[in-house]
Amino acid sequence: MATDAPKPLVLSNARVIDPARGLDAPGSIVVADGTILAAGPEAANQGAPYGADIIDCGGAIAAPGLIDMCVSVGEPGAEHRETLASASDAAAAGGVTTICTMPETDPVIDDPALVDFILRRARDTARVHVHPLAALTKGLEGREMTEIGLLQEAGAVAFTNGHSSVRNAQVMRRMLTYARDFNALVIHHTEDPDLAGGVMNAGLNASWKGLSGVPREAEIIMIERDLRLVGMAKGKYHANLISTSDGAEAIRIGKTRGLDITAGVSINHLTQNENDIGPYRTFFKMSPPLRDEDDRQAMIAAVADGTIDLIVSNHDPQDVETKRHPWAEAEDGAIGLESLLAAALRLYHADQVDLSTLLGAMTHRPADRLGIDAGRLSAGAPADIVVFDPDRPWILEKRAIRSRSKNTPFEDARFSGRVLRTVVAGRTVYEYA
Amino acid sequence: MALMTATHSHRDMPFPHRHLLGIEGLQPHEILGLLDRADEAVEISRQVEKKKSVLSGRTQINLFFEASTRTQSSFEIAGKRLGADVMNMAVSASSVKKGETLIDTAATLNAMHPDLLVVRHHAAGAVHLLARKVGCSVVNAGDGPHEHPTQALLDALTIRRHKGKIARLTVAICGDIAHSRVARSNIILLNALGARVRAVAPSTLLPSGIDKMGVEVFQDMREGLKGADIIMMLRLQLERMNGAFIPSVREYYRYYGLDAEKLAFAKDDALVMHPGPMNRGVEIDAAVADGPQSLIREQVEMGVAVRMAVLEALAAHLPNH
Repeated sequence: MATDAPKPLVLSNARVIDPARGLDAPGSIVVADGTILAAGPEAANQGAPYGADIIDCGGAIAAPGLIDMCVSVGEPGAEHRETLASASDAAAAGGVTTICTMPETDPVIDDPALVDFILRRARDTARVHVHPLAALTKGLEGREMTEIGLLQEAGAVAFTNGHSSVRNAQVMRRMLTYARDFNALVIHHTEDPDLAGGVMNAGLNASWKGLSGVPREAEIIMIERDLRLVGMAKGKYHANLISTSDGAEAIRIGKTRGLDITAGVSINHLTQNENDIGPYRTFFKMSPPLRDEDDRQAMIAAVADGTIDLIVSNHDPQDVETKRHPWAEAEDGAIGLESLLAAALRLYHADQVDLSTLLGAMTHRPADRLGIDAGRLSAGAPADIVVFDPDRPWILEKRAIRSRSKNTPFEDARFSGRVLRTVVAGRTVYEYA
Repeated sequence: MALMTATHSHRDMPFPHRHLLGIEGLQPHEILGLLDRADEAVEISRQVEKKKSVLSGRTQINLFFEASTRTQSSFEIAGKRLGADVMNMAVSASSVKKGETLIDTAATLNAMHPDLLVVRHHAAGAVHLLARKVGCSVVNAGDGPHEHPTQALLDALTIRRHKGKIARLTVAICGDIAHSRVARSNIILLNALGARVRAVAPSTLLPSGIDKMGVEVFQDMREGLKGADIIMMLRLQLERMNGAFIPSVREYYRYYGLDAEKLAFAKDDALVMHPGPMNRGVEIDAAVADGPQSLIREQVEMGVAVRMAVLEALAAHLPNH
């Protein structure tokens, strides 16, 4: 991001929603020097700062910019799939103002110098905020712990083993225990690797397709194991991508036991199920696998009641060379930054999750969990804002996708809800033409 | 053996598919149409003059990513008897990096303008993927544990020629159903034609959700064979034999090997089938495999006939026809 100060900005005639303080009212947002001066009804009566750009939002919603805590980028090592620049373009178009990058790059982000590299590259090329997640174990191999303290000092906001689980319970226990001393959050993929061993949700659908199954129990067992270890270690833990009703139930119980735990779900598991795979369409191959409709409904209910704290895109760019294979040989992963908000609004339009809860799961709740200053419209907060019309229809066309990789499961999907403007630190980084 | 003739022929029913990727998606009358055509092909194959010219000038490529002498030669003979120019292409799985060759090979072959592509691949869905990338008709000759449609058709043809019908017969499919494309295609086909299908196997070799796949499930082979008209044995792959799915070959043979004693639980006129190649002494006793109730050799003959029928039916959709 450029360092010269942006012009002051007034977003007027908006429906201002700030889930962190339960605000949903007509008003304005006044921004100067990259921070919010005022937001809400009270801001409407304030004059505009000298020289401000005044934007009439036409009654559209203005909310905190989204925070996506699970984004894979190909930089370094696979820039042909996605760079920090292209990912940030996609994020901006999707109303996402902060991304947390997964450490599963080449090389793996398990060294403070590499955290520094990401931050420098982001500063020079990205239009949204970038916070690196560092590897929990060296090389993501699940054996030796990384330098939690040094990585944190370098700017890593949390620690994760990426899309693989730490198989060894003793290693996991030590990681949780050591990370506690640095108040570091451990983000974990919850799939028992031995039991998982398959390529789509286990069950009748997989059986007819002749594909090996990933049983739901692979997730449930790993969550239950982890929660026991969290109890021993008194660590700070986040189950990154849960997909089953029993997994959500385990989280619910863990929270009542007073553990410091949270859980996330990918937008795909809230809006799709295994039937969407159709005839071996590999853009729907992901980890954890898409489950059945009962589990999808359970995920939605768990977001609505707060058991699931966060919604992420689990953006994972894959190119033709990794996706155009027979199902079992294709890589996992789907892009999702550009469609995150629009897809999430399907739950709002279906009357399943209210707007404040939905936006909260992508704004102040991830910010609070990561301990970053974002996700709010309060005075003094960074001016990261998304303006969107929740009802405007549009179609996601492949040629319009900004990500370098086009592996979206939402190709040609119809959405209601269009991002009109994205503001990062007071500067407009995306405007719907 | 009397040749049973169907009361009314489906021979000339149109076959509205460009590819044969699986039994799934075929209507019962389309299956019967293929079987009627195959009955004719049996007659042709038994003549001195075996050649037809329906595929004359056409190019058929047998693309096998997984070695299979019998299926490949069966398709080769079928194509040649219909007058096609047949080329066999074996792609060794170890010599190429996974999957890459599938699309690359498809594109390369497509540029040579084949009319028919017969594909065997070790991954489920691979043949579907390939069919989307080429301009010719594609026949699935087995894709991983998914489907093997011509095997199910040849099994049905063999059964129908002996029992005169498929409907209401009790067919026991025995063995490694979890990993078997033969089992999946047969379960779909036999259900479509009204047979009663049983699955007989240890639970570790049954796919999850088997009870919802249109079969009656038995872990006790003797129970599963009681009153059966047809016994279909499946091959047990070597890599499943040693501890991962079953503890040992000898334990498997004891409980799931088809020998004379277990065969006696089926109907007296029950017939024994096996898609081959057999592991004698693993899933089937040599005396049963070569005994009077065995149709195993005849299945090979029917295989050629069914593949002729399929190639001929697909030829109707080839351009300039």
